[in-house]
Amino acid sequence: MAERVVITGMGIVCPLGHDVETLWQAILAGKSGAAKTTIFDASTFPTTFDAEVKDYDHRKYLKNPKLHEYSNRGSGFVVGATVQACRQAAIDVETDEPTDGIDRNRLGIYLGAGEGSIDNDVFFNSIIEGWDEEKNEMDWGRWAEIAYDRMDPMFELEQEPSMPVAHLAMLTGARGPTRSCLTACAASTQAVGEAMMLIRKGDADVIIAGGAHSMIHPLGLTGFNRLTALSTRNDSPETASRPFTASRDGFVLGEGAATLILESLGSAKKRGVKILAEVIGYGSSSDAFRVTDMHEEGRGAIQAINAALADAGITYKDVDYINTHGTSTAENDLIETKAIKAVFKEEAKNTPASSVKSMLGHLIGAAGAAELITCVLAIRDNIIPPTMNLNDPDPALDLDYVPNKPRKMPVNVAMNESFGFGGQNNVVIIKRYQD
Amino acid sequence: MESARVVITGFGQITPLGLTAEETWDSLCAGRVGIDTITAFNPVGFSCKLAGQVPEYKIRDFVPKTYRKSTKLMSRDIELSVIAANEALIHAGLVTRGIDPENINIDPERVAINLGAGLISCDLVELAPAIAASTTDGRFDIRKWGKDGLDLVTPLWLLKYLPNMLACHVGIIHDIQGPSNTITCAEAGGHLAIAEATQVIARGASDIALAGGAEAKVNPIVMIRQCLLKRSTIENNHDPATACRPFDADAKGSVFGEAAGVVILEELQHAEKRNAKIYAEVVGLGQSNSINPAYEHLEPDGTGIRIAIEKALTEAQIQPDDLDMIIPHGTGIPADDLAEANAIQTVLGDAAAEIPVWPTKSILSNTGAASGAVDVVATLCAMRDGKIPAAKNCEKKAAGCNLNIANQPQEKNIRCALSCSYSYGGQTTAVILKKAD
Repeated sequence: MAERVVITGMGIVCPLGHDVETLWQAILAGKSGAAKTTIFDASTFPTTFDAEVKDYDHRKYLKNPKLHEYSNRGSGFVVGATVQACRQAAIDVETDEPTDGIDRNRLGIYLGAGEGSIDNDVFFNSIIEGWDEEKNEMDWGRWAEIAYDRMDPMFELEQEPSMPVAHLAMLTGARGPTRSCLTACAASTQAVGEAMMLIRKGDADVIIAGGAHSMIHPLGLTGFNRLTALSTRNDSPETASRPFTASRDGFVLGEGAATLILESLGSAKKRGVKILAEVIGYGSSSDAFRVTDMHEEGRGAIQAINAALADAGITYKDVDYINTHGTSTAENDLIETKAIKAVFKEEAKNTPASSVKSMLGHLIGAAGAAELITCVLAIRDNIIPPTMNLNDPDPALDLDYVPNKPRKMPVNVAMNESFGFGGQNNVVIIKRYQD
Repeated sequence: MESARVVITGFGQITPLGLTAEETWDSLCAGRVGIDTITAFNPVGFSCKLAGQVPEYKIRDFVPKTYRKSTKLMSRDIELSVIAANEALIHAGLVTRGIDPENINIDPERVAINLGAGLISCDLVELAPAIAASTTDGRFDIRKWGKDGLDLVTPLWLLKYLPNMLACHVGIIHDIQGPSNTITCAEAGGHLAIAEATQVIARGASDIALAGGAEAKVNPIVMIRQCLLKRSTIENNHDPATACRPFDADAKGSVFGEAAGVVILEELQHAEKRNAKIYAEVVGLGQSNSINPAYEHLEPDGTGIRIAIEKALTEAQIQPDDLDMIIPHGTGIPADDLAEANAIQTVLGDAAAEIPVWPTKSILSNTGAASGAVDVVATLCAMRDGKIPAAKNCEKKAAGCNLNIANQPQEKNIRCALSCSYSYGGQTTAVILKKAD
C-alpha cells in the first residue's frame, strides 16, 4: 500500500497578501490584486497594469538574510512563503541541528519555478552600445567589454530557474529529492503532483512543494502583449480579470510564490502535526496539438482530469468543487468549460467551478500552488471562493462559476486544474483528511 | 509498492561530435575532441573563446514536411531536442505520427515525455533592432520601447524561449499525449528528467517515455555569464582540444557547449512484447542537494553528490564493485571536481581506485541540461560495445583525486555503470544503469 500524502503547512506571498489568512480574507471579500504597473514604467505598453507583490522584503523572515541576498523576485517570494509553511508544519529552518523529527535526507523540494528577471539597464543598454548600426550587426567585442564592466556575476547566476529551489535547500537543509520544473502556467500543480508521487513511492517523507515566479519585467510583458494574451482593460485593472464573461479579453499578469508541505501520513502522525488536507489524485497529459492553441475539444484537459480522478480512486460525482484554470482568455475559458462538461456530464452544471484568478491575477508558474492553497481553505471553512467580475456571462459558458459572492456549502473534495502554454495539463485532487 | 521495471530501448543524440548517436560514438572511439573556437559569434573580448558546437544541420531535414513552417518558432535548444528525439524514436522502432502516419505503432496516450531544459537565452541580435529603435540620447527609453520597439518584436517571440517548448514541439510532432514535464535544474536536468520519466512508467502512468535533455549554450549572454562567474577556462584558447581538463592538476575551468540526448524508456513487459532490443535497465536513481553559501560551487566534501550516489546504489541493490564504469559530472572546474572526487571516493571506498572513470566534458564540453542525457547515451554505447573510449586531458591527476581515470581506451564488459551530475544551484543526481541480460 502506497503512503498516503497529506498537507501539513502552507505559505504564500502574492498580490493579495503575504500570508495565507490575509489572502483568504481578501478572496472572501472579493478584492482584486490588480493595479497600475509600478515595477517599471509600462505606461506606453498595450497593457499598463498587473498584479504585483507590494511592500515585501524577504529579509524580514530570516535570521541570516546574507545567504539569500542575491535572491531574484521569485526566490525572495518563495523563501518567505516557505518560512511560513515550515512554521505551520513545525519544520526547523536556518539551523544545522533541526529537532523537528525529519531526516534531512528524506526532506525534498519540488517547485514549479520561473527564471529570474534580467538586469534591465545593463541588458538593454549593452545591446544599444554594442549595436553597429552601419553594419547592422552586433559588435561582440564592444558588448563583452560592457558586460564585463557592468554585469554582476551573482545577479546573473540568480536568473537560472533552479535558483529558487537552491535557496530553499539552503533555508531548510533539505538533502532529499529536489527538482524544479517549468511547464509554463501548469508548473506548480505539476510540482505538487510529482512531489506527492515521490512520497507515495517512499523516496521522501516530506517535500516542500509549490511554485515561484515573476514575469513582471519588460521582456515578460512584451512577450505576453505580443501574444495578445493579456487584458488591455487599462482603465479598470481591478475588473480586468473576468473569467467566463462575454467581455473577457485576456489574463492579468501576476507574480508570487506559494508552498505547501507535503508529508507522508506516517510522518505527520509521528510528529504530531496538524493535517490540513489529504492529496489524493494527480493527472498529467499533453495536448500534442499546437504550440499556440489548446486542443479545440480540450482533449488533453479531459485526459488529465480523468487521470487524476482515476488516481484518486473517485469519480466526478465525488468532486465538490473545481478550482479552474480560468484565465479570462477567450480560449481557455471556453475549452476548460467544454472539458469539464465532457468529464462531469450530468453533474457539470451542479459542480461549482470558480476562478480565483479573477482576484489574484495569473501567477504563471506559481499559479497552481497558490490556487491549491485556496482549495485547502475551501475545505477547511466549507466556503467556495467566487469568480469575481462575472457580470456579463458568456452565453456559451453555462457552468456554475460561483459568480461574485463566496458560497457557504460543504466541501470535502476539491480539484485544482492548471493548463500551460503549449499544452501541458495538470490536475491535482485534495480531500478533507479523515483518519 | 510494487512498481514496474523500466528499460531503455532506444536513444539519440546530437553533440559537438556528430548529428547522431552513432556518429558521436564513433568519434569518441576514434579519440576526437569536439571543442573548438566559437564560430556562432565572434568571441573577441570573451575570456573564453571556446565551445563545443554541433556540426551544421538543417532543422527542416528532421521534421515532417507539414511541420516545416513551425520550425520558425524553434530556438536552437528546441531544434536540438527535436533532432535527438527523432533519432531515438526511430532507433527504438517506434512509429509515430511524425515518423510515418500510415504505420503508427504507439498508443499516444500511453507515451510520456520529460526533458531537461536550460534557461533559454534570447537571441540578442533578433532583439537589437527593436531595442536600438527605443533610445533617447543614446540610452534605452522604456516608453519608446512600449510604444515603438515592442511592435518590432515578432508576435510569437516568447514561445521560442519557454523551456517547456522543447517537450511541446517534440510532443506535437510525434503526437505524445501522456504526462509531459520539463525539468529546469541546469546541468542536473537531463538526469533528473530521465529519473522522473522512469518513475512515471514505474507507477503505471505510461508505457513509454522520451526522456533526456537539450541545451544550446553557445550564445553570447550564456557564455559571458560563465566567464563572469569564472567557470570558463581562460587559458588554452590557442589549443582548444586540451582546454577542458576534468580532475587534472592543470585544470583551469570548464568549456561550455550545446547538445541534446534523448532515450526511450519503456516498461519491461511492453518492450518484451514487441520484441524491442533492450540496451539497459534503469535500476538506481538518487537525488540530493549540495548546500553551499557559494551557490556556484559544490560543498568541498561533496556531501550532496555522496548522498545521491548512496541512494542510487541502495535502490539498485548493488555494491560498489558491481560498477564497471563511472561517468562523473567532471567539469574541469578544480574545486568542483575535487568535491566530486571526494564524494565518489567516500561512497565507493577501495573500489574507487579500480573502477574506470570516464569524464566526457573534456571531449564534448559542458552542455548544461543536455549533459546528463548525453552521458547516459554514451553509457549505453559503451555497454553495448563493451568498450570505454579514452579519457582526455587528465595526464596528471589533481591532488586529492584518486580516481582511476580511463586514459587508455579499453575493452570491458560493463555490467553496471554510474553517472552523476549536479547543477550550480546545488541539485545533485546519480543514475545507475544495468546492462540487459
